[in-house]
Amino acid sequence: MSLPRLSVGFMPLVDAAPVIVAREMGFARAEGLAIELHRAPSWSSLRDMLAFEAVDAAQMLSPVPVATALGLGGAGVPLQALSVLSVNGNVIGVSRELAARLRGAGHGFGFDDARAAGEALFAVRDAPLRVGVPFPFSMHFELIRYWLDAVAPGRAVEIRTVPPPLMAEAIGAGEIDAFCVGEPWGSIAVETGVGELLLPGRAIWAGAPEKVLAVRAGRAEAEPARFGALVRALWRAGRWLGQPGSRTTAAELLSRPEYLNVPAEIIDRALTGRLTISGRGEGRHVEGLVAFHGGAAGFPWRSQAAWIGRRMAARAGLDPQAADAAARAVFRSDLHRQMLSGIGAVLPGASEKIEGAVESDRPVAAEDGTLVLRRDRFFDGRVFDPSRPD
Amino acid sequence: MGDRLSIVVVEADRERAHLIVDSLRGTGDHNIRVIAEPSRLARCIAEADPDIVLIDVADPSRDMLEELALASGPLDRPVAMFVDRSRQGLAKAAVEAGVSAYVVDGLRPERLTPVLDAAMARFQMFRQMRSELAATRRALEERKTIDRAKGILMKARGIDEGEAYALLRRTAMDQNRRMADVAEALVTAAGLLS
Repeated sequence: MSLPRLSVGFMPLVDAAPVIVAREMGFARAEGLAIELHRAPSWSSLRDMLAFEAVDAAQMLSPVPVATALGLGGAGVPLQALSVLSVNGNVIGVSRELAARLRGAGHGFGFDDARAAGEALFAVRDAPLRVGVPFPFSMHFELIRYWLDAVAPGRAVEIRTVPPPLMAEAIGAGEIDAFCVGEPWGSIAVETGVGELLLPGRAIWAGAPEKVLAVRAGRAEAEPARFGALVRALWRAGRWLGQPGSRTTAAELLSRPEYLNVPAEIIDRALTGRLTISGRGEGRHVEGLVAFHGGAAGFPWRSQAAWIGRRMAARAGLDPQAADAAARAVFRSDLHRQMLSGIGAVLPGASEKIEGAVESDRPVAAEDGTLVLRRDRFFDGRVFDPSRPD
Repeated sequence: MGDRLSIVVVEADRERAHLIVDSLRGTGDHNIRVIAEPSRLARCIAEADPDIVLIDVADPSRDMLEELALASGPLDRPVAMFVDRSRQGLAKAAVEAGVSAYVVDGLRPERLTPVLDAAMARFQMFRQMRSELAATRRALEERKTIDRAKGILMKARGIDEGEAYALLRRTAMDQNRRMADVAEALVTAAGLLS
């Protein structure tokens, strides 16, 4: 008997791990689902593949479904997020020239203090800082804006879209001074000698929803069995990825030519959080550089969507209240909850939380037992209270 | 300007760019510009200020164009993918054919359609050629690997070509693997041992 099929699009990044693992380690099969994976050449293509029904679901930048709900960019087809696939996972790097100037000015590349790194950057560069990010609607963009606007309000920052495979080239050619990109592309810039790593994304926001599982609006309700099986398979894949013993296997799987086509050793750096930050081989260890499980990592909090929606609305000059409501509606915490019920997933009792309020692991009430929320602080100590957003 | 459309084609390969431009010329006297350099793509396009931008779906630099789709972008006029502004299903058909089109808001669909139809036909052809080429190349590579594996077996075991081939095929069948994969493993192992 052949299993029901479902096609899932992905981008060749370390945080595509849940969809790749769900297929390769048999978690989809165990849920009675045959998933076909389609690698996309760019985020806009992946979004269009999803919008025009070339795939049923896709790994997607968390702000993309929110952007479509606000009518910004895109193909005009409404998308929704059924799960968060990964939390954090980006790195910020600088050109070799800028790195040398930072070192000259005494910056130690401590890799944990976003304020110190930001101030050091502005101190050594007078001209507007040019930063490359993979997509205009991305957590990369949001993190860079949040960080640099808070460190130096009013200082000119020019954010440019540069596809990850071209990031190293762009920084090598002097078109950008810095970048924020998902692994393995930051480590590849280090390996090719064009850049050095300055910060992990989580030093800016320790609880940033990075990628989501996106579907066309209405699809999951129309076919709850098929999409429910996918959400469960991805949850199991995330749990497997969260076990330290899985990392070597995961790195090998991801490195295959049909997936990332990058040496397993480089992928392993992101999975273990042991990064090499410069051509001289300096190492830094980051706990939770990218997280797939634990602390309800996969739960699509409506407050996360509201944070993204309000920031986008402020830049685009849209009504914040309306943007907040539209954004919340695309993070389907309700469907996520229904689809994961009864399989032992620890889900929060609430569907929104104050973002940035957890300093260190904190137990909270859950539907079934106790859930330990992970640190989710913003570097400047501000919080986002969705009930009092201003 | 009158009825002339200003079209930008993003294509790094000169041969392909020529073919695309030729097919677009067949639809009218348009002002067509080719951009081959992916860096600073958004800026180049903003300077050209076209009515339509055509780019291969598989081109990763396509993401750079998304900036133009923002109303606050470098263009004064908003640019959007054409989906909700023209013939039903056109966007889907274009994406399937392998071309993405960015169209300035407000362009009349009847002016857009012939240009897109021509572009789609051309890109569809490229896509077909590309997949055929890839398949041929793969088949050739596999052929070479199998030949090398046969050579290794003939030398190591003192058997003739027919026997070496039969041995490879039997092993592949026993292990439920492709013959090319078995040959590849043998060639790699032999390289390590020599």
